[in-house]
Amino acid sequence: MADIAFLLLIFFLVTTTIETDAGLDRMLPPMEPPTEDPPIIKEKNIFTVNINRNGQLLVEDELTDIKSLRVKAMAFLDNGGAPSGSPEYCSYCQGKRAPESSDNPAKAIISLKNDRETKYSTYITVQNELVGAYNELRNREAQRLFKRDFTDMEAEYLNPETESSRKDDLKEKVKRIQELFPQKLSEAETGTSN
Amino acid sequence: MSKFAKKKDAGLPAVNTASLPDIVFMLLFFFMTVTVMKDSTLKVENTLPNATETKKLEKKDRVIYIFVGAPTSQYAKQFGKEPKIQLNDKFADPSSVGDYILQERAKKAQELQNVLTTALKVDKNANMGLISDIKLELRKVNALKVNYTTYDGDAFNNLQ
Repeated sequence: MADIAFLLLIFFLVTTTIETDAGLDRMLPPMEPPTEDPPIIKEKNIFTVNINRNGQLLVEDELTDIKSLRVKAMAFLDNGGAPSGSPEYCSYCQGKRAPESSDNPAKAIISLKNDRETKYSTYITVQNELVGAYNELRNREAQRLFKRDFTDMEAEYLNPETESSRKDDLKEKVKRIQELFPQKLSEAETGTSN
Repeated sequence: MSKFAKKKDAGLPAVNTASLPDIVFMLLFFFMTVTVMKDSTLKVENTLPNATETKKLEKKDRVIYIFVGAPTSQYAKQFGKEPKIQLNDKFADPSSVGDYILQERAKKAQELQNVLTTALKVDKNANMGLISDIKLELRKVNALKVNYTTYDGDAFNNLQ
């Protein structure tokens, strides 16, 4: 009896994997209809990140260490440069409010460009830092409004075991925070030069 | 001789193993319930990069997997050392990714077809050219939700 059970046990041990996968969720842009004109975006609302084939970063035309990318991205997103009184004024931003940087988080766009030879691990690190910048800002706002981390709320919202009544409540909160700092991360087609 | 005389000490009695099958069965059922079958053998190197800002891929039935990496030593002779795409059990070109996604999508239940995620399990040493080709193919078939599957860990470890 025990032998048979052992045999089955070992079979299941060998053929199975326990871990659930985790990773960075991203949405790809839909194929745009060719006739549509691209919207005009002010230069100051775009934060360009360029990765070359050696894994070096060019952020806003400056050679940057990957470790300071998160801080720079956060400063850009949180800048809130629109003057107070204007309709685009960002009341919750805590940035420098420099007029030459982004107007408000809803307008701020991060544009990522990489080379075909860029290593995947470098790309993931950059993605991780940029998502991290959004998450940190969202956490800050969530703490201020709901006394709870955004990432925590989102995880509970996405968990299939959460009851639906709680989900409805969380959905509103998650949406509200997402509207404060919408994730606008655009990726250009990869180039072969530079 | 009294009935209750102490027996002569015969050493320690053997451990009773009658409950062993129960214990083993319990373990067996535990593993049977918490695990999922491996559905494809990896033919490519697949050391994933690390990241901290991850989200869990909750439901396995809503995920389509694409593996990318250099062929393992066993296949390196035949297919070379450049990173390749593995779909199900075969090596494939970027151009066949779209068909594969459509095929897998058609296999899923109707109500799941709009909520599928494509999990990209890419080796950390692969280069972005191949990934961009895959992404373009995914956009063509409107499979826009992707997940770059990673390990949990400090993202800066990737750079070494």
